[in-house]
Amino acid sequence: MVDVLSVVTDSVKDPKTPCWDDLVREDRVHRSLYTEERVFTEEMVKVFGQTWAYLAHESQLPEKNSFVTGTLGLRPIVITRDRKGGLHAVFNRCAHRAATICREEAGVAKSFQCPYHGWTFRNTGELVGAPWPSGYGADFNKSELGLGKVSRVESYRGFIFGTLNESAPSLEDFLGEAKPWLDYWIDRAPDGEVIVRAAAHRMVYRGNWKLAYDNGGDGYHPSFSHRSLLEMASRLGDSKDMSYFGKTPDDGAMKIYSLGNGHSVIDQRPNFDGPGSIWANQRPQPGRERFEELIRTKYPEDADRLLDISAGAQINLSIFPNLLIIGNQIQVIEPLSVDKTQLVWNATSIGGVPEEVNTMRMRTQEDFPAFGEPDDQANFEEVQRGLAVTEVEWILMNRGLNVDGWQSMDETGVVVSAVTDEIHMRSYFQEWLRLMNGARA
Amino acid sequence: MNAQTDYSDTSRWSYHVDADFYADLDRFADLFTADWAVADVNVARSAEGFLSREARLIDEARFNDWIELFTDDCLYWVPITPGGGNPRLEVSHAFDDRRRLTDRVFWLRTGLAFSQIPQSRTRRLITNVEVLDDPGSGYRLVRSNFIVHEFRAGVGKTYPGWYGHVLAPDGDGWKIRLKQVNLLDSEHGHENLTLVF
Repeated sequence: MVDVLSVVTDSVKDPKTPCWDDLVREDRVHRSLYTEERVFTEEMVKVFGQTWAYLAHESQLPEKNSFVTGTLGLRPIVITRDRKGGLHAVFNRCAHRAATICREEAGVAKSFQCPYHGWTFRNTGELVGAPWPSGYGADFNKSELGLGKVSRVESYRGFIFGTLNESAPSLEDFLGEAKPWLDYWIDRAPDGEVIVRAAAHRMVYRGNWKLAYDNGGDGYHPSFSHRSLLEMASRLGDSKDMSYFGKTPDDGAMKIYSLGNGHSVIDQRPNFDGPGSIWANQRPQPGRERFEELIRTKYPEDADRLLDISAGAQINLSIFPNLLIIGNQIQVIEPLSVDKTQLVWNATSIGGVPEEVNTMRMRTQEDFPAFGEPDDQANFEEVQRGLAVTEVEWILMNRGLNVDGWQSMDETGVVVSAVTDEIHMRSYFQEWLRLMNGARA
Repeated sequence: MNAQTDYSDTSRWSYHVDADFYADLDRFADLFTADWAVADVNVARSAEGFLSREARLIDEARFNDWIELFTDDCLYWVPITPGGGNPRLEVSHAFDDRRRLTDRVFWLRTGLAFSQIPQSRTRRLITNVEVLDDPGSGYRLVRSNFIVHEFRAGVGKTYPGWYGHVLAPDGDGWKIRLKQVNLLDSEHGHENLTLVF
């Protein structure tokens, strides 16, 4: 048995000690990864910082000099557009005495003045000036006293990511085999125009951030964790939407794909056949009947497509470490402490469609945060409570491991398996391990 | 679905939630943000009695009785954007027409919703009740402040805010056409919002 406390302590003393390998096995991970403050502290530096993390969506920065505040791990940041439209992310931390320089969630600003002592910075980070400069000596060098920056910030089709790691691969290489799935999701919008200005469900749970990532690619839990939703969905006689999880999911057409770099996706689309099928199987939302009549009357040629994009995308795409694309929502994992996490469900609307389509998308995107996610989060909290048992040390992720006929690899290295395979956990923990062991490239 | 379908059972069908339904919300929002004259004491007392009865049904988890207070074309609305925003383009914590409200009560009573095992215990205080009888529509608008205390799974929480009720005449009494729940911190993070406001 590993002496966990000494292992974890040693790693903090000497980050080069490759001890994390003792805590992540092929089929299980150690409870301390979810409970130990010291592990969390190190994750917030290495996992959030040394790989690409999702920061914001470009539609939240609609014009030149727009900004939106956010976090990279625990670091407060401001994501900005400069006067030419270029994207930046600066630490929301005055170079002088560390006060946050921006205290609004979003807005338009060419510069930020620190409210504490009045130091002023451009939205690209450079120090413009400090009040009463004659109080500083000759060695006061403005060019060295700009805001700290997230050194690499890139956008992939509107999704803004950032990393502090100069040696990290390009954003496109990092996304890798997740890219075509993200493309599918974006291209459901005509012209690919996705808009994140539709309010957000900010759902806080008392549990470790990884519990949300464990769940994003989990095709095993719906029949159990979502029993209340499945039961409710059959109230009107005909079962709708997620009810296909209640059959024998491993024999069905739904699959999970392990995409590399910690990314994974569950593809629910094989449950549907042909245009209009997603809409036909959608749980009924407010206004559905009048909306369908309107769309079929006004757009008879295009109705099935418009109806389908009013309902969810039918993929669960997890991009490590903090982006979960579920339904039509852009869900962001925000770790708050080792045992507290905020999940932000950004609702999306899309361009190039009749206004009524977006209204129906709003009603659709209220359903799961009300009747699905709360039960998952209740289970996350109960996991965190169960983890207080120190004597039972391991969390298992062995479903699907060494099961004949489940997994196959395609020519791109993507592994596809039965939907309840916990391969998404096994694969992201390899990426977690790589980062925690200090890998740079 | 076709022209022959009978959509009158709004616990099953939602044909009536249309552009006019959303336009009504804009109209109610205008009224709720206006200054009102002080209501007649009997009108005020009647409205307070209605709110107290509704509060008790929720606090005693009598949700099947609670839902009977609502009209067929009702909306139980908990906006995220303070004051309501534009629900056509924004999501809400709850935007329940009669069908979704029936779903919600059904869901609460399945005994399978782990976010409600154990069930929330609530007690709410309602004060600062103001009443406006709208002569144009015949609706009675009631504005009030609330504090909902919740205890669940060993944790106590407090939710302050204000209610906007639009009541429609129903025989000798009233039914709820709109219940808008404006949480003080509606757009911020919350743990487990599955309690009924």
